[in-house]
Amino acid sequence: MTATAPTRRLIVGPFNRVEGDLEVQLELEDGRVRAAFVNAPLFRGFERILEGRDPRDALTVAPRICGICSVSQSHAAAGALAAAQGIEPPANGRLATNLILATENLGDHLLHFHAFFMPDFARDAYAARPWFGAVRERFKATQGSSLRRAVEARTALYHMLGLMAGKWPHTLTIQPGGVARPLDARDRVRLQAQLRSFRRFLETHLFGTALETVAALTGADDLDRWRTEGPAGDFRLFLALAADLDLAGLGRAHGRFLSHGAYPDGAGGHLYRRGVVVGGTPHPFDPAEVAEDHTNSRMTGRDRPHPPFAGSTIPDEADTDGYSWCKAPRLSGLPAETGAIARQLADGHPLVRDLVARDGGSVFSRVVARLLELARTVPAMEGWLQALDPAAPWCATAPLPASAQSIGLTEAARGALGHWLRIEQGRIAGYQIIAPTTWNFSPRDAAGVQGPLEKALEGVPVGDEGGASLAVQHVVRSFDPCMVCTVH
Amino acid sequence: MTSMLWIQSGGCGGCTMSLLNAESPGLLPMLEEAGIDLLWHPSLSEETGAEATAILEAVCAGTRPLDILCVEGSLLRGPGGSGRFHVLAGTGRATIHWVRDLAAAARHVVAVGTCAAYGGITAAGPNVTDACGLQYDGRRRGGLLGEGFAARGGLPVVNVAGCPTHPNWVTETLMLLAGGALGATDLDPFQRPRFYADHLVHHGCTRNEYYEYKASAEKPSDLGCMMEHMGCLGTQAHADCNTRLWNGEGSCTRGGYACINCTAPSFEEPGHPFQETPKFAGIPLGLPTDMPKAWFVALASLSKAATPERVRRNAAADRIVVPPTIRNTGKS
Repeated sequence: MTATAPTRRLIVGPFNRVEGDLEVQLELEDGRVRAAFVNAPLFRGFERILEGRDPRDALTVAPRICGICSVSQSHAAAGALAAAQGIEPPANGRLATNLILATENLGDHLLHFHAFFMPDFARDAYAARPWFGAVRERFKATQGSSLRRAVEARTALYHMLGLMAGKWPHTLTIQPGGVARPLDARDRVRLQAQLRSFRRFLETHLFGTALETVAALTGADDLDRWRTEGPAGDFRLFLALAADLDLAGLGRAHGRFLSHGAYPDGAGGHLYRRGVVVGGTPHPFDPAEVAEDHTNSRMTGRDRPHPPFAGSTIPDEADTDGYSWCKAPRLSGLPAETGAIARQLADGHPLVRDLVARDGGSVFSRVVARLLELARTVPAMEGWLQALDPAAPWCATAPLPASAQSIGLTEAARGALGHWLRIEQGRIAGYQIIAPTTWNFSPRDAAGVQGPLEKALEGVPVGDEGGASLAVQHVVRSFDPCMVCTVH
Repeated sequence: MTSMLWIQSGGCGGCTMSLLNAESPGLLPMLEEAGIDLLWHPSLSEETGAEATAILEAVCAGTRPLDILCVEGSLLRGPGGSGRFHVLAGTGRATIHWVRDLAAAARHVVAVGTCAAYGGITAAGPNVTDACGLQYDGRRRGGLLGEGFAARGGLPVVNVAGCPTHPNWVTETLMLLAGGALGATDLDPFQRPRFYADHLVHHGCTRNEYYEYKASAEKPSDLGCMMEHMGCLGTQAHADCNTRLWNGEGSCTRGGYACINCTAPSFEEPGHPFQETPKFAGIPLGLPTDMPKAWFVALASLSKAATPERVRRNAAADRIVVPPTIRNTGKS
């Protein structure tokens, strides 16, 4: 037996600038994280709230799981109901739904980068770094000039949601058969003007150039060139600090990625393809391979895996072994990471493929994937707006069956979201939800395999700072966690 | 300066997300201009972990004076009164205990959203978590802090109810409190600020002409009034959504869907599907506020009989199929 440094255990939390409540227990050794245990300390029980209700009530209740991914919850619920009813929205309904969801997702990406992730680099601990002055001026929490401009840009962008969806969050516009708010030619030019303003904001302040130039990036070498000679903007500033701090070498998880596919194209596919990527190789996604493990959750039913259609959500009040309210979703028995990085990988975008081939999923590649998605999605939205046909219908209707079993899959900003619905005797008999951060921040499973964040935190250098380590903060926030969705 | 602290309890965070959409001015400039010093907000502040906990402890100990405590989200008393369904991360202590201590230290206590006010959606169904509001448990006074609670400044909990809250309901409440301009008589019987709660969602609804003639929408995307079939409670819901508007030019009814009366206690359990109007003998059960039933029935049957063809046809269409007539066009 060799002498090793003593292990220190400490509990870090509350994590701010994440959506909802998060606590992480760290075991430290030799100035690094030896093991991490992620705890979602809030349980509300939405799956239980939904049981027994009229199935259509899911459209009202499910969005209220989350105030930041509200539309994606709405979309998943509408998808599950549509599958149960056997209907498809008309083209206008699909396009308007895509526009509503994309608006939320882009607003989330924007807020995450400017208000949640970047302010950590404006902390005094980095005062000696060459980029610090600029970062502090632009990204200091609540004060930075770029941060404030981004909050304003998001507010202006969300005027599109006021027009298309009545309000945000918690709209009921998205229905199983399409949308409840028809749009006319005037609405379209107004929406086009609002989207152009958002494009201008991104091109002026974030990227310093056309979105299409960003979308055309093909690899890490392009980013190196951008860092040294690219256009001035917050993207270039991020590239500078990321290189200086080696964010590409920080926060690698299991290297298994899942995307449900984002923005249906009406022909069975998506704007961003559905799929699983393992070791750089794409595979098809089969929802039947998904099951939740309760071993380390404070939930009953630890003796078996829970495929969502047979899932349960019964908190174990006497439990002292579980360390999170979060269940552990597994795909073919293994954890998976989800988010913009998984979407862009599954879609085969060369930039993200190259970054992940070099360094795996990392703090750097997760953030780059999100910014890339801002650049790629706005032009797609412009196309959807153009494709709306004010003379055509917006919403189909069909009766609800007395019994059915169906799935609604979508992508929130932070990744794969699924609703598994069972209807019996005209009521909701079972409703299981697996949200993006349920995947990313899951606890260990029966085999002791860590969730993606738990894996990503292992080996993170914390030096003498321990729980105050900013590296830990960067890794956690690189996932853009939504804790209220996680447990729901 | 007015100090403010924000705590998130058992909710979705949507009231904060909505608040970030405040306009003219935006949230962060508004706080500065109103002289409100944000001690800590979980979504916005720099301080994390032990730094954040230290701020909460200093407020509880009275070493950092607190003028306004904002609580967002339901208060989870379960399981068995322990509050363990929501432990404030990093502290090992149930959030309900933190909130009790912080509320005792604050000059004003504001419940942001229907969850913090009355329990809200988290209290729906079996209410597994024993969720309640700060001073209400559904319609019953009591809640976490108790019926007799008054903050140090003398007011009971100020309930900025809504699911979510309109950003400017919150910013205007904060500015009124900071300016010493919100008194007990400025709150309605459910302790909501009257400036927005003494209006009805019906006021300014663009579907008013359809309402007048009981020309009704039958399915989503129809233009007609949503009271008769689609579950709309706009004539009973206390809020100024259709005169203030959301995210630019929106509101629930303008977005094509029913008002579900989300500013009211127990909105989460209407006793019928949210998007369907309960009826007895073909007559909607919920009457417009302050309207005697006999008059409603009489006027409804009269106005239905008088419905212009234009209104009747447009009501069940997803676009205007018959425009209003223009007289004296100069054309024959």
